[in-house]
Amino acid sequence: MKPGWIFPIAAALLAGISVPAQAATLQITMDNLVISPAEVSAKVGDTVEWINKDVLVHTATARNGDFDVNMPAKKTVTSVLKKAGTTEYYCRFHPNMKAKLTVAP
Amino acid sequence: MFVRLSAAIAAVSLLGTPVFAQGAAKPTDPQIAHIAYTAGVIDIAAAKQAMTKASHKDVKAFAADMLRDHEAVNKQALELVKKLKVTPEDNDTSKALSKQAADKHAELEKLKGAEFDKAYAANEVAYHKAVNGALETLLIPNASNPELKSLLQTGLKIFQGHQQHAEHVAAALK
Repeated sequence: MKPGWIFPIAAALLAGISVPAQAATLQITMDNLVISPAEVSAKVGDTVEWINKDVLVHTATARNGDFDVNMPAKKTVTSVLKKAGTTEYYCRFHPNMKAKLTVAP
Repeated sequence: MFVRLSAAIAAVSLLGTPVFAQGAAKPTDPQIAHIAYTAGVIDIAAAKQAMTKASHKDVKAFAADMLRDHEAVNKQALELVKKLKVTPEDNDTSKALSKQAADKHAELEKLKGAEFDKAYAANEVAYHKAVNGALETLLIPNASNPELKSLLQTGLKIFQGHQQHAEHVAAALK
């Protein structure tokens, strides 16, 4: 066993070649017809856990058309953020429910 | 207390005829459950009618929303009364609500196209306003079981959203 393989890795680390930052998981909750948090910042590649605590079906529908997530009653669904940008989103069935999502590249 | 509900619901009727028994005692939990459930059933029937008769896509979509939400809330209500071992009790308020709704249903049945859309939307505004008023001033304050009270409060939140949604739809049709 030659420890020769250590050198290239150590060199890479020292040279500042970074491993891509780990994608985060964010939680956005719909409870009693309120979306919280009302404003969320994330990055492309992050996962959103959409938690619907209501007995009603909700959606998270982006005004700019970037996403349209369906949340059955009392269920949690996940989606991965694919596009950068800031958008307001709302529930198509309960248009009073609104929030903002900023996705950094 | 029924007088106030009567006044609120009477606003729904184009004729403004008061339909509630006067001077009745405050409703009990089994009666409150029955009134709330009946109010949901009425809007479900109205939504089904609108889904076949409405012509504007926003009106159709609104009717689909009403059907989905009111069925969900009533399902929840049935589960709760089962859990609490409460048997909903028919009463004059429920009967009057049903009678008035049947009259409205027949009236709307005669309309077509944009006329139907406008009348349905206007009635949805008035109906939700009346039911929300009854929830706030009569049903929620008189509910003694905390779980029933909480479900009614959730219902009120949902139906206030419906009222705003209905107002929006009605305004867009003008």
